[in-house]
Amino acid sequence: MKIELLCFPEIKESDFLNKNSFQFKQKQVIYMASRIKIKKGLDIPLMGEPQERFLGEVKSDLLKICPEDFTGVTPKLSVKVGDEVKAGEALMYDRNHPSVKVASPVSGIVTAIERGEKRRILNITVERKDENEFVDYGVKNALSMQPEEVKESILNAGLWFFIKQRPYDVVANPDKDPRDIFVTGFSSAPLAPSYDFILKDQEKDLQAGLDALSKLTKGKVYLSVSPKTKSDALRNAKNVVVTEFEGPHPAGNVGVQINHIAPVNSGEVVWTLNALDVAVIGRLFNTGKVDLTRLVALVGSEVTKKGYYKMLIGTSLNEVLKTIPKPDDSRLRYISGDPLTGRKIDENDVLRAYSSQITVIPEGNNTHEFFGWATLSPTKYSAGATYLSSLISKLNPNKRYRIDARLKGGRRAIIMSNEYDQVFPMNIYPEFLLKSIIAFDIDKMIHLGIFEVAPEDFALCEFVDTSKLEIQRIVRTGLDMLRKEVE
Amino acid sequence: MKALRNYIDKIKPHFEKGGKLHMLHSVFDGFETFLFVPNHTSRSGVHMHDARDSKRTMILVVVALIPALLFGMFNIGYQHNLAIGIDPGFWETFIFGLLAFLPQLIVSYGVGLGIEFVTAQYRGEEIAEGFLVSGILIPMIMPVDTPLWMIGVSTAFAVIFAKEVFGGTGFNVFNVALIARAFLFFAYPSHMSGDQVFVRTAGTFGLSNPQMIDGVAQTVDGFSGATMLGQLAITDAPNFTEFSFHSITGGQASLMDMFLGFIPGSVGEVSTLAILIGAALLIITGVGSWKTMLSVFLGGGAVILLINQFAANAIMGMPPLYHFVLGGFAFGAVFMATDPVTSSRTEKGKWIYGFLIGALAIAIRVFNPGYPEGMMLAILFMNAFAPLIDFYVIDGNIKKRLKRSAIKNHERV
Repeated sequence: MKIELLCFPEIKESDFLNKNSFQFKQKQVIYMASRIKIKKGLDIPLMGEPQERFLGEVKSDLLKICPEDFTGVTPKLSVKVGDEVKAGEALMYDRNHPSVKVASPVSGIVTAIERGEKRRILNITVERKDENEFVDYGVKNALSMQPEEVKESILNAGLWFFIKQRPYDVVANPDKDPRDIFVTGFSSAPLAPSYDFILKDQEKDLQAGLDALSKLTKGKVYLSVSPKTKSDALRNAKNVVVTEFEGPHPAGNVGVQINHIAPVNSGEVVWTLNALDVAVIGRLFNTGKVDLTRLVALVGSEVTKKGYYKMLIGTSLNEVLKTIPKPDDSRLRYISGDPLTGRKIDENDVLRAYSSQITVIPEGNNTHEFFGWATLSPTKYSAGATYLSSLISKLNPNKRYRIDARLKGGRRAIIMSNEYDQVFPMNIYPEFLLKSIIAFDIDKMIHLGIFEVAPEDFALCEFVDTSKLEIQRIVRTGLDMLRKEVE
Repeated sequence: MKALRNYIDKIKPHFEKGGKLHMLHSVFDGFETFLFVPNHTSRSGVHMHDARDSKRTMILVVVALIPALLFGMFNIGYQHNLAIGIDPGFWETFIFGLLAFLPQLIVSYGVGLGIEFVTAQYRGEEIAEGFLVSGILIPMIMPVDTPLWMIGVSTAFAVIFAKEVFGGTGFNVFNVALIARAFLFFAYPSHMSGDQVFVRTAGTFGLSNPQMIDGVAQTVDGFSGATMLGQLAITDAPNFTEFSFHSITGGQASLMDMFLGFIPGSVGEVSTLAILIGAALLIITGVGSWKTMLSVFLGGGAVILLINQFAANAIMGMPPLYHFVLGGFAFGAVFMATDPVTSSRTEKGKWIYGFLIGALAIAIRVFNPGYPEGMMLAILFMNAFAPLIDFYVIDGNIKKRLKRSAIKNHERV
């Protein structure tokens, strides 16, 4: 790991390396950015990057909130069918922490609650009324409030689900004090939207959100930026420590950033967010309203008109997705989120809670490649050098690939070594951690650093894996089982 | 291709659950995925996958073995012709070698893949590709004149007891091909070493038949089929400078002959040049670990230089370059030590693992002249220790994490 301190007179580089954290004397100053360079990782050269243009607002009559999005929350309904709700009123809450609620994105009538196996709640549908009525939570300035009041405000407004915690990568437990709070100010995921573009005109909300977060921890709020970040609101944010992360994906993953700034030790809790969600929290303080409007990038090799749409969380995507032409005999895969960690949705599904990106790629289920293992085709992408793509990428770094959803191989036992390590820039042995999870050896899992990771940190491992294992699912299962066991 | 695809789609239902040939579904699946990339799409996690899979990886190892294989086959014919004193030309020489080697390859693949198919079927799993590599390695590391039944028996032993009982490809502790070799080495020692087995004197399919007297193939005067290391083991020369290698017909053998591979030995190991071409392919494609390869040579080199200081006989005084081109040292370093399943799996561990293989191989071959197969034994020995090396590497990471927690907790108090 290479650490470059651009400008920071009070501390020596050696201090930084030894303790892995800054010791600041005063708060309320603008900290200069330090830079951390990440070498391991992979930027998958995908076709269909977003164009920075605004394509309009998408509105749907029915909005759906899907409880499965809120990892770690056991959903309990706050409403029943026929109830009338205002925007910002709770639709559901967490059985284990009733103060954690999920706000309705619009005002209207709850028209349906769909349940699946074992009466699990699949989604809550709200039919929009013509006039959007908001619950008024009052304009507030977080900096002049007590920490408890700030916490109450976010909890009451049903926006707490934006705050996640490590360990376990679940919605944060509001009863515990976080050591620090980490906010990622960019996404390095494939085809990721530009945070700069989305946060334009939301600078005040972002700062208000960061101010609120700074009240929630006795430690520090860390905000990361990438070398490409130009937004002044991010680069010169106040009351936070700004760190620049340079390098390939997953440099933008908050887990990687924590690991390089101040890793989570056993017994500690840190909270994590991304800057886009922080702006939504800030909006609550600046306007007194719960406004879940997001700017969402429509991307992917199959999308003809790439750009950004404005929509509320839970908006039906049908209108947008049906405009994408389908090839005659094959299907498309729609993803709410990025192609590595997003959720597979169908054409009539909705924008999921944490997504700022809708990706459309070919499904590929009708493709039968003859002797695929022997091919020298330049259109096949591999991160390794077993295909020509690595050579082509070197000769032509701008070459982009159209990758479909096939596994492109059979599931095997772990055979190759050092595959995961090359795309896993943390001081953790991913393969051994995975094996301890599969064996559910609790001591080993903890010792090997499971408290520091989230499934998304393993997404690239899963992508490059020749054994085609469901690595993110393994990690998620391990975290859930461990949480049940430990808490 | 379309017609083939249609045919496969037509017969596929028979092999699926409820079909009358369901009992053969693993075999069908094996052939289908061999012909066409499986088109299953991802259900959880990442929505797209890298194009490389287990088949691609294994095939690349096989491709990397081809230079050594081609040369080795030629060399079978070349040594044969030298031994019986004929010179039928390049192509006949090569074809002789090809025909001598092919039955061994067929037996090895037939027996090994047969067992793989049956166990995969029994477990209801897909057929793993691991044996594609093992199956070609086995005949390549056997003495060229090994009887076919021995190859069959040793392959069966290795696949069943070194691989399938542990759970199949990816779970074996020891390198399968080396277990096959070691099995024969200990079960039939007289067939595995000495000066009769590394040169084929008998004819093959009626090609290049030697003169036979009383059922014994007649060789040229001065013939000795001893390998280079075999010669060193039995020499009376007090030091290396007074010793000279000879070819099977008694002439001098130079270091260049040994590097290029014009010496008696197993198919795979004779030509260091061909092995290095394969090594380059493995390293460029990232399939083989350059760290393991390099550290084997570093470990071997370090021990050789040390032993050279105390040379009391010819083999103790032999300089590193000779060691590296003889006795399968390079072949072991490039194709055996780098087997990812049985090797150390951490990057730090690979340095230690490789270094110790090199060091042990040299130590065995220098101090125990009865075992010119030092490389094989060293790799098998280190296979057993690879998990231990990894354990300590991982433990370092764990200790660091615990220490970090301890400091933090202390600060908090």
